[in-house]
Amino acid sequence: MLGVVRALGIRALDWLSTLGRATILWFNAMAGLPRWKDISLVIKQIYNVGFLSLVIIVLSAFSIGAVLALQFHTQLARFGAQEAVGVGLALVLLRELGPVVTALLFAGRAGSALTAEIGLMKTTEQLSSMEMMGVDPLRRIVAPRIWAGLLSVPLLTAIFNMVAIYGGVVVAIDWLGADPGGFWSGMQDGVELWEDLGKGMVKSVVFAALVTWVAVFQGYDCPPTAEGMSMATTRTVVISSVLILATDFLLTLVMYGDF
Amino acid sequence: MRMRTVEISVGAFVLAGIIALIFLAVQVSGINFDDTGKTYSVTARFDDIAGLRTRAKVSMAGVTIGRVSSIDVDMAWGEALVTLDILGEPGNLTTDTSAQILTEGILGARYVSLVPGGDEETLGDGDEITDTQGALVLENLIGEFVTNLGK
Repeated sequence: MLGVVRALGIRALDWLSTLGRATILWFNAMAGLPRWKDISLVIKQIYNVGFLSLVIIVLSAFSIGAVLALQFHTQLARFGAQEAVGVGLALVLLRELGPVVTALLFAGRAGSALTAEIGLMKTTEQLSSMEMMGVDPLRRIVAPRIWAGLLSVPLLTAIFNMVAIYGGVVVAIDWLGADPGGFWSGMQDGVELWEDLGKGMVKSVVFAALVTWVAVFQGYDCPPTAEGMSMATTRTVVISSVLILATDFLLTLVMYGDF
Repeated sequence: MRMRTVEISVGAFVLAGIIALIFLAVQVSGINFDDTGKTYSVTARFDDIAGLRTRAKVSMAGVTIGRVSSIDVDMAWGEALVTLDILGEPGNLTTDTSAQILTEGILGARYVSLVPGGDEETLGDGDEITDTQGALVLENLIGEFVTNLGK
């Protein structure tokens, strides 16, 4: 009986200390303003996590927009309300699917790569040798990756939304023959700049912070073995996906909840 | 040379993101800059507003001329006190303008429809529209229909 209590206590303390180390890592990396001579490091990372994620973002966005338009159209056509396809599509994308799916794809495409990269640097003792040379690996390796994630994810979300709406246009207007006038004017009537677009962008910034934080911490904290690295990469994707979905519910509750 | 390709790609990526944001703001959310024109407010009392929301349209002859800015209740009289923001300067509505709450389509959103009267005097900022007709409530209609059937 006492053993169970002790085991639970050890697990809880382990978990707390992990959270503590992650928080310390975040503050040490982000302490102080970004130094302008580090900007080229950030640009390199935006290329890695942002530009190289474009292909998967654009392809998924187009398919998701097309499938949403198809589903909305077939259901709404039964009530003769095809004009509502545009506004439904835009609201679902801007408020929920855009930020969430982009963040999930980002966690899978870029988050796992960040963890593997930093984990390998740690395993091959590149991080310790940097420290020996008097270079702070947190500011040189971790901080540029966090900044790059914070900048890239909102931009990717905007691109995702645009491409997905275009995918919806292709299906609803060009293929199923919905009326373009009703489609666009319904959308412009129902969508508000801050309420829908702005709040969706706020969500995507929060998700970006979560995913990059989990990814760099898992890489930085992984046991320096091949097995430890593979586990850390898996954990990055699992933890950040769950965090994204749970946080999305909380954010939606706070932003749109009517209570 | 390698760094230059990276820089150009990142530049293109950021540009694409900004274009996407502008597209979403202009084409999707449809901001228009003359929407911030001057408005003045008039109030109207209704016996039942049945689902009218703030920011609902105020229209005349089907054209949007304003928005509902606030909805309060007057407990003493049991009436809804609705404030309407009308576009333009005071002086474009006659004092005997009538207001009616209608529905877009069968299941659509409620909106306020204004019909101008023939008076020469006009409503100023903060004046009240006295000639109002509340929303038709389906339950009341059915109730009346059933009582009439029994006669």
